[in-house]
Formats: sequence, C-alpha cells, structure tokens
Amino acid sequence: MIRLEDVTKRFPGGQEAISGLSFAVDKGEMVFVTGHSGAGKSTLLRLIALIERPTRGQVIVDGQNTRRVKRRRIPAYRRQIGMVFQDHRLLYDRPVADNVALPLVIAGVGRREASRRVRAALDQVGLLHKEKQNPETLSAGEQQRVGIARAIVTRPKLLIADEPTGNLDPDLSVEVMRIFRRFNEVGVTLLIASHDISLIDRMGCRRIALEEGRLVEGMQEDETWP
Amino acid sequence: MALTRHADAVAPIRSSGPVSTWFSRHAATAFGSLVRLLRQPFASLMIILVIAVTLAIPAALNLVVHSAVAVSSGWANALDFSIYLKRGVSESEAKGLAKIIGERADVESVRLITADEALADFKKQSGFGDALDALTENPLPHTLVIRPAAANTTQSIILLQEELGNLPEAEFVQADTDWVRRFHAILDIVRRAIVIGASLLGLAIVVIIGNTIRLDIQNRREEIEVTKLIGASNGFVRRPFLWSGFWYGLTGGLLALGLVQYGLHLMAQPAARLASLYQSTASVLGLGLEESLAIIGIGVLLGLVGSWFAVARHLRRIEPR
Repeated sequence: MIRLEDVTKRFPGGQEAISGLSFAVDKGEMVFVTGHSGAGKSTLLRLIALIERPTRGQVIVDGQNTRRVKRRRIPAYRRQIGMVFQDHRLLYDRPVADNVALPLVIAGVGRREASRRVRAALDQVGLLHKEKQNPETLSAGEQQRVGIARAIVTRPKLLIADEPTGNLDPDLSVEVMRIFRRFNEVGVTLLIASHDISLIDRMGCRRIALEEGRLVEGMQEDETWP
Repeated sequence: MALTRHADAVAPIRSSGPVSTWFSRHAATAFGSLVRLLRQPFASLMIILVIAVTLAIPAALNLVVHSAVAVSSGWANALDFSIYLKRGVSESEAKGLAKIIGERADVESVRLITADEALADFKKQSGFGDALDALTENPLPHTLVIRPAAANTTQSIILLQEELGNLPEAEFVQADTDWVRRFHAILDIVRRAIVIGASLLGLAIVVIIGNTIRLDIQNRREEIEVTKLIGASNGFVRRPFLWSGFWYGLTGGLLALGLVQYGLHLMAQPAARLASLYQSTASVLGLGLEESLAIIGIGVLLGLVGSWFAVARHLRRIEPR
C-alpha cells in the first residue's frame, strides 16, 4: 500500500528531516511510526499526503508514484487518503455533521447520500447524538473522534494519522486506538505516527521507529490485542 | 457500534448525475455565500451601498445626457432659416416666391411673414409701439421662413441656403443653427467624460470587491487550508468567493437601479415641466428595461472580475501546512 524507496527530504535550510528511508506497508496492515519529536514522523506523513515532495527517492502509495502526481491532480490524490491530525483541524463555524460531511461535499456526493454516510461515520465513532453541536462544545477526545469520522466518511483504503492521541489522556487514547483497530479489521490500512510507546506496545502492531530521519526499527511482530 | 451494522458506510461513493450534481453544487455554494453575506448585514450593506452609489452616479449622468440628446433632436425647427427679401419686392411677389420654393422637394414648408406682420409683431414685443407709430414707412422687409425637408443633410441645407440666397429677390439669408451644433459638440464631450469617469468608477468597484474578498480569504484561511488538506481542488475553494463577488455585484446593481429610479422620481416634476415647454407629452427622463438590465449586468460583471482578481492572487498562495 505504501512503499518508500531511499527517500530523502531536505529542507531549504539544509537539514534533512528524512535520510535514505525505505520501508513498505502492506494492504490491510496497521503500522505505527515512532520516534522523538523531530525524528521525521510528521515529514513522513506529509510526504505520503503530498503536502511535501521528497528531495530524493520514490514514495509509492496504492501503486501511484507521488512524483508523477501533477500539482493539479493533488486534490484527487488526497481524496483517496483519510487524514487525522493531532489538533483535529475542525472548522468551528459549523456543526459536527457539516465538518464530517466536508469530504463528501468536496467529492460531490448528493445531499441525501451524504447525510446517510455522515450519520454512519459518526455512529462508528460513537458521536451520532452530537451531530448538531458545534465542535467547540465537545471535549478534546470527542473532537478527535469527529476528526476521525471526517477522515473515514469517504471510506478511504488508507488512513494516516499524525499524533492522533497527542492531546488526549490515556483512557481517551485507548478509545481512539480501539476505533482505529476496528477500521483495520474491515481492511483499512493505517499508518499512525505516535510517541506514546506504552500505548503502541499494548496495541502490538508493527512499528517503524525513526531517529533523525533514519529507520532504526521496522520489525514485524505478531499482533496481540490487550 | 460494530462496523458490520453499517453497510451504508462501506458502499462506494455514489454520485448523482454529473449535470445535476454540478448544478446542485453551485446552487448550494451560491446559497452558502449569500447566507454568509447576510450573517454580517452591516458590513455587507456598507459595501453594497458603496457599489450602488458608484454604479448609480455614471448611470444617472448617462441618462441625463441621453435625455438631452433626445430632447435636442426634437428641435427640428432649429434647422429653419430665414430669407429676408429686398425692399422693392411686393407682397404678392413674395407670396408667389413662397409658393415656388414650397414646391421644392428639399423644402418641407415655407412661411411668409409680411412686412406689416413683422412690424406689428415687433411693436408688440419691443415695447417701442408709440415710437414706431411715428414712422411714416415700414422699414422691415417681407421674410420667408424656410423649413428644409427632413431628408436633408447639414451639407445639403447649406447648399439650399446658398441657392435661395442667390435669388434676385433675396437680400440675405440668416441661419441660426450654430448653437445647436455647439450644443451637440458639448454633449459629445460630456458623454465622453462620463465614459471615462464611469470606467474609473468601475475600476474602483473592482478594487473594492477585490479587497473585500481578499479580507474574506484571509479570515477563512484555516478553512481553506483544511479543505485543501482533505482534497478540495482550487476550483472548489474558489467557488464560494466568486459567488460572494457575484452577490455583491448583483445586490449593488439592484440598489443602484433603485437609487436611479428614486432620483428619477424626484426629477419627475421639473422634467414634466420641461417636456411641456417643448410641447411634448412624452416623459423626458426614463429608464428602459435595457438600461435597467445593463446597470445590474455591469454590477454583476464587475463583482465577478473583482473577486476573480482577489481569488487568483491570494488563494493559490494558501497551501496546507
């Protein structure tokens, strides 16, 4: 699903956020990217989302080499990927349901179909009863779940999440991970950046550990669930 | 919350027909932009008022000039000229001459003012009645007032004047049409000035709307970034701002139309008096359907141009971080 071949990302200042990184994530896998802040986790996800382009090397997502995705085609490319952000990036001028519906509006889905999908997505994250509320009135955990609902409402094959539990307390973090796990069970590939080692250990998924932009660990473990 | 319960969510995205989707998307965006304007009624009203006044001024001036042209083109008698006959020409000779000239194809009518009529008229109007009574002899000649046929050009009228002036009975020809030509020349200058002024004001509207949309884009930066992050195309992001420009232009144009109509209402009475002075019952000032649509259309066009500039310049720079 995701393949990186000798990818380097150097910023204008000269420092390398990612250096010669190669790894692959298979379809249906759930993989964590770990490392200290500044290790290159975010940059890696940004390369996959085509917010950045690699200085060197190839990023191949679902068979598409991102190098060949023209600027004009980036929106269509991004629509295939669900994205979850640490700070949710919700829009506070509209209710929860409209936030979740945004990707469907962009994709041009009819209103009735969209509203059905929004309700289904909100139900999956357990927030159906809050669809009419403004996200500001929700707790941090609930806001993150709204962000997740928005990411999965188009049923992407790939979901990438950058520190999705970064602002959450342990209980809420486990709840969010449980939701991710359920998506994985129905075939969604997930790549989650996190530095919450204890949580990742409990999830028992494969880990890609980065240090100063290099791969220090990328082993495959037997999956166990607490 | 088991996933299997939500078959809906797993089904692939199904869009309705491309045309109806396009249409309903635009309708939704247009409505959304309008609601956004209405949510800040005071700010929106200020901008719309500025646009309306800026549109109404040249529209009103243009209307006045148009009316002046319409009124002055009714001054056909301004093309009349007079032939003063020599003193020795008798009244019957003058009558005969009037008849001959009146039969010409390039002459519409001839009116004879006899020397006696002219004197009587002069006595009445000058106030020198008693003094004139002292005259033993009428010093005034017979006069023929010629109205050229409508088919004449300015050039052929001059030729006609020359030809009739050369008649043995004619003393001299007096044509007092210069002032009409001067008036038309002035109107031409005024008209051109209005075009230049209107162009500058149009530019001002583009700048006003462009700046308003630019601020709107800045205020909605986060929203633009998020929508781009989750796959919105530039076209999708652009659309609501273009619709805002459209609404500003449309409402500004409608209000401008209202202002002009109200101005016309205020001017209706003096205009009617002017019309009555020219023995015309038709209204001198009026805004036709075409002009009304032009005001609104120009407003919409300038709104779209202004928002397009703002969007082209500022939206591209906003990329997700």
